[in-house]
Amino acid sequence: MTYFLDLFMSGLTRGSIYALIALGYTMVYGIIALINFAHGEIYMIGAFTALLASMVLSAQGMSGWGLLLSVAVIAAIYAGMYGWTVERIAYRPLRGSSRLAPLISAIGMSFFLQNYVQLAQTSNFVLFPDLIPQMPFLKPIAGYLNRTQVIILLFTTLSMVALTLFIKFTKMGMAMRAVAQDMTMARLSGVNIDRVISSTFIIGSVLAALGGVLIGCSMRQIYFYMGFLAGMKAFTAAVLGGIGSIPGAVIGALILGFAESFAAGYISSSYRDVVAFIILIIILIFRPEGIMGQAQTQKV
Amino acid sequence: MSPADQYPRPKGGHDLILNAIGMSMVFGGLVALNGVNLSIERDSVTALIGPNGSGKTTFFNCVTGIYKPTRGDVILYPAANLPSISLKGLPADVITQRGLARTFQNIRLFNNLTVLENVLIGRHCRMEAGLWGALTRNKKTRAEEAAGIEYSFDLLVTYGLDAMANELAKNLPYGDQRRLEIVRALATEPKVLLLDEPAAGLNISETAALRDLITHIREREKVSILLIEHDMSLVMNVSKKIYVFDYGRLIAEGPPEEIQRDPKVIKAYLGED
Repeated sequence: MTYFLDLFMSGLTRGSIYALIALGYTMVYGIIALINFAHGEIYMIGAFTALLASMVLSAQGMSGWGLLLSVAVIAAIYAGMYGWTVERIAYRPLRGSSRLAPLISAIGMSFFLQNYVQLAQTSNFVLFPDLIPQMPFLKPIAGYLNRTQVIILLFTTLSMVALTLFIKFTKMGMAMRAVAQDMTMARLSGVNIDRVISSTFIIGSVLAALGGVLIGCSMRQIYFYMGFLAGMKAFTAAVLGGIGSIPGAVIGALILGFAESFAAGYISSSYRDVVAFIILIIILIFRPEGIMGQAQTQKV
Repeated sequence: MSPADQYPRPKGGHDLILNAIGMSMVFGGLVALNGVNLSIERDSVTALIGPNGSGKTTFFNCVTGIYKPTRGDVILYPAANLPSISLKGLPADVITQRGLARTFQNIRLFNNLTVLENVLIGRHCRMEAGLWGALTRNKKTRAEEAAGIEYSFDLLVTYGLDAMANELAKNLPYGDQRRLEIVRALATEPKVLLLDEPAAGLNISETAALRDLITHIREREKVSILLIEHDMSLVMNVSKKIYVFDYGRLIAEGPPEEIQRDPKVIKAYLGED
């Protein structure tokens, strides 16, 4: 039973991190129907920024909660700037062209960012510092959840609640929903599309960067290629849940997290990715629009 | 002439709000609009009629920035004491901000947004807060959002849609959807309102209600209206001046009585015998 609980908790935390990345995929797809392949790279850049920031800040004598929070904020701001810039230079000039053009541009951007970090930083695995402070009050549940998992769940839950409130109640969130439904009409109603799209990229990147910080804390090592597989998995999660749907991305990510964790625990850890992608194939065969996606009705 | 008036106002005593000069739109080899001149008087209802495919909706699309006209210019005279502005080449959202709003022939609401949210999207261009305000929720943003909701709800009350404020737009009856589209356009505080076949699909009593609505809007909101419509009794009743298009050309213009008797118009609609 404890083995099952262990696997459950590790699946939950793994799924939470996938969810943070998947949200960025699904939001961008929902608004401009683009699969942003460079998104995984933003997550990787978030992790590297966090590493550099933590080195600088701990040299200044910071530690504990202050260090963790400032590192997360710096990584989020920096990745947000990257997300904005990528959209500005690689996607916006191609708006209105065929759907394939920005897709290829996204793949190019992904390669560029990977290689840029490889050259500017290193091509080796780098050790990531343990940023999570000790929490003595967790003693009673220490058998089920460690402090890293607590922080991951806390961060992801908070960011998802914040995102939901943002989308539901703010003027910008409402504009995002409107643009996703009918871009021309939103523009005719006086909505500045460019600002809405930029905001979407910034928010998606901030969430991905938080995912990067958390994965660093949890795996304790990062490298320049980490965004590729994580991006693939998060994309799978977004498709699983129904791409374009925000709750769908979270559900898809959790399913994927659990599936991987149980497959690794009960079969073999080399079967982890196999099971993940088998689930994707099954979903695509029986429910191609994804779990929460709406079936497209063809108008004749 | 007001100070810094880049585009001189036409003489002849007419107080214009919008003047479209020599509008042409060519799609490949098809000339959809051919050098059309059309002007709208301040605080009036102007109608645009013509057979199907005569370029009426293309004209709307050129004026509101959906299409970039091949040739021609659109000048807006916001007020007697304000300088005129050219709308040529501006993106659609900027044109809306300058004071043009429109509705569509086939209703285009945000179906999965509530009635109130649809109107709030119309308020968007009159509000300032961006991403930063939304994330920090500062006092100014909250005050602005509250004011936006109040303004939108007042509009819904005025136009009798307040009882359905929290319904999804797609669940509204057809007539109410038409009305909501107009209310959303009004939420942008337009100076000129362009209505594309607002009576399409309405029954007789709904059309009568629409006629009252149009008169009401012109009087209450002080907007000038340009109306595309096939329902001739509605057009003849509400409009001060009528323009007639045929094959992308302007074939007649004048007050309703004249248009009704114009042989060119009769020919365009009924064909030659």
